[in-house]
Amino acid sequence: MPARRAVISMLELQGVNSFYGRAHILRDLSFSVGTGEVVSLLGRNGAGKTTTVKSIMQLVKPASGSVNFDGHELVGTPTHKVAKLGIGYVPEERRIFTDLTISENLEVGRQPPREGVFEWTTDILFELFPNLAERRNNRGKALSGGEQQMLSIARTLMGNPRLLLLDEPSEGIAPVIVEQMAQTILKLKAEGLPVLLSEQNLHFARMVSDRAVIIEGGLKKYDGTFTELDASPQVREAFLSV
Amino acid sequence: MGLFIAQLLTGLANAATLFLVASGLSLIFGVTRIVNFAHGSFYMLGAFVGYSLMQVLPGAIGFWASVLLSGLIVGLIGVVVEMLVLRPVYKAPELFQLVATFGVILVIQDLALMIWGAEDLLGPRAPGLKGVVRIMGEPVPLYDLALIAMTPFVLFALWYLIARTRLGVLVRAATQDREMVAALGVNQAWLFTGVFFLGAALAGLGGAIQLPKGGADLLMDFNILAAIFVVVVIGGMGSLPGAYIAAVLISVLNVFGVSYLPQSTLVLMFVVMAVVLTIRPYGLLGREEVAGEHGQVGEPDRPIKPAGVRARVIVGIGLLLLLALPMADSHFLVILATDIIIFALFAASLHFLLGLGGLVSFGHAAFFGAGAYVAALLVSHANAPMELAFLLAPVGAGMAALIIGWLCLRLTGVYFAMLTLALAQLLWSLVFQWDEFTGGDDGLVNIWPAKWLSEANSYFYFTAIVGVGGIILLRHMAHSPFGFALRAARDSQRQAEATGIDTKRVQWMAFTVAGVLAGVAGGLFVFSKGSVFPNELEIAKSFDGLIVVFLGGVKTLSGGVVGAASLELVKDYLTRFEYWRLALGLLIIFVVIVAPTGIVGSLRSLLERVRGSST
Repeated sequence: MPARRAVISMLELQGVNSFYGRAHILRDLSFSVGTGEVVSLLGRNGAGKTTTVKSIMQLVKPASGSVNFDGHELVGTPTHKVAKLGIGYVPEERRIFTDLTISENLEVGRQPPREGVFEWTTDILFELFPNLAERRNNRGKALSGGEQQMLSIARTLMGNPRLLLLDEPSEGIAPVIVEQMAQTILKLKAEGLPVLLSEQNLHFARMVSDRAVIIEGGLKKYDGTFTELDASPQVREAFLSV
Repeated sequence: MGLFIAQLLTGLANAATLFLVASGLSLIFGVTRIVNFAHGSFYMLGAFVGYSLMQVLPGAIGFWASVLLSGLIVGLIGVVVEMLVLRPVYKAPELFQLVATFGVILVIQDLALMIWGAEDLLGPRAPGLKGVVRIMGEPVPLYDLALIAMTPFVLFALWYLIARTRLGVLVRAATQDREMVAALGVNQAWLFTGVFFLGAALAGLGGAIQLPKGGADLLMDFNILAAIFVVVVIGGMGSLPGAYIAAVLISVLNVFGVSYLPQSTLVLMFVVMAVVLTIRPYGLLGREEVAGEHGQVGEPDRPIKPAGVRARVIVGIGLLLLLALPMADSHFLVILATDIIIFALFAASLHFLLGLGGLVSFGHAAFFGAGAYVAALLVSHANAPMELAFLLAPVGAGMAALIIGWLCLRLTGVYFAMLTLALAQLLWSLVFQWDEFTGGDDGLVNIWPAKWLSEANSYFYFTAIVGVGGIILLRHMAHSPFGFALRAARDSQRQAEATGIDTKRVQWMAFTVAGVLAGVAGGLFVFSKGSVFPNELEIAKSFDGLIVVFLGGVKTLSGGVVGAASLELVKDYLTRFEYWRLALGLLIIFVVIVAPTGIVGSLRSLLERVRGSST
């Protein structure tokens, strides 16, 4: 097992169990994300990655266990309060408001500035995502898949998050755009924003993150650095190969 | 020419009220996806509250202050309704909130009766605007001109609020994806309450502002309901400019209708709607509603299955008891049981459409009424024997269902529901206004059964055999390939199409079947009462059907029947009291909140829990 890291954990899941109806999805899941850390949550389709992210947001209510964010217990907290505490959520399906313009989409995400956290504005975001700037008065439905993903991230950043949850951002997006997205995440990391990234694309995950957590069937199978992961092909083959 | 302009202006002035009320309905639906049937009640409250305030506050300032205060007060009442009644049931199965709003209608009706009495109140004239101006020689009330001038400002203010402010952006975002809005840190519960306040306040304003042109009475709630639904549907759900255009169109046409085609006033509105929806299925400025866009809430449906041996035995014993009922030698009981069976058949036919087909019809009473009227007309105009008239009742209802179903099934979701309501109202207004043929408001009387059925007991047996037979037939169909196809079309239209089911055709057939059986119930009804009146076709009757189906439980097979029997019994008991609507309304709201899966669904969960804990 890897040595304990010196970083203070910002987000900590402990023994989380989540269900969809009667289906037991997450089984005693525990892991953490430290300050300034980018952690990749890896696993196959159906491993429970999205459920993990939703269980943090309280979009799925865990049946037992604890999700601690900077001293606040999230289990039992309404979703909008989780967001207000500073967790920025970018959902897998992007879920941009297609009937609203790009500027209006950003407005929905806007929250008051937070002390000690980078304060995002539309100007800064349009600089980061120039494609969006050109089309700020277009409706969301006019955007391509990659642009929708950018908008979804930008919209969440308008809430000045202290932690970002990205659910499969590379899914269904052209490789060139995935490359751009990796650069964006590295920029966010440089700003000191911790990120939990749920991913299937190992190459993309390796580019941006410090650490990998692998789950399979809702159970944690691996928690460690990418260097260690590269050294153990049997782990990769058992839980990641298609 | 002068007369023409004067009439045009009257129409525009009437449009002011209609637009205010309809825009509130549209707004509430847009955000909360709740079809607020109690909207007419908010409008009525606005009129009553405004009337009382105008008695106290003097002068022009008092008048306008009263109007604004009425809006505010009704808005706050809307907030109370939203927080107490609707919040607990947002997570309940689709459209279950409807039943809660029915309950609210009943409660408000009786509260208004208690506070303001049964007499119609004549609205005061607006101080300072009592006179008329002559336009090309024709008198036009000043107040009308004030209303005409005001409405565009209201439209603009609402448009600005929705299109240009942060609140409006949030509201529109929540219309599309509530969960995502919450995940971005917005408390959507508060947003909903805010929208409900605004919507109810608009209805209240509408009620108060029409006082000088009309007044306040206890029928206002239902009277405006059909009109505002029509306006919202013609304009396009959620479109404010659309609602304005539609309100103007309807009001102006109505004024001309009154002068040139006085028999057609009620029908006209629905004809306009039918024409508009034929050309533009989603209204003038509306956008297509994608069915299932907002996802299904609540637990997934349980598969239904044919009754087991034990259930069959229990039902068999129940039926035997039912058949033994006349032995109790109580005329009253026999009549009550006849009523219950008829209503249960009507409810079961609606349940077939709603529960199995997922087709929420707001106008099912049309087919009940069609059956009853076909039989009654045959008897009174053609002297047809009862047997023939009874057999042709379902045929007539089925033909109506065939046509109405074809028109409505081109739409989905709320548009479908609204169109069924409007076409049912069309049928109602035909019956109501075609005096020479249908007897109009006086109905058709002396429609008695044949001699061999003239005894209450023999008619009871006849009803029991036909009614129970009809219910069993419906149940049987639910478990036939046709029933499977219908449920498949309900759960996933695309998937069903891909497996080779012509979903529209299956739904059309189901709509017709439901219509035919409602027609049977109508036929049974008319001969049991000996008469029929237009109210058998009206909205309230359709609502009764919806209430019992929802209360019984949409997702259970026996829901319709159990709900019908319960409601008839409760009604029979409660109607002995003066304020029975209040009691019934509260009871309905209570059941909705405590048992959101309906009576049958909740009993079943309870039974399972008891069994689960004992093993």
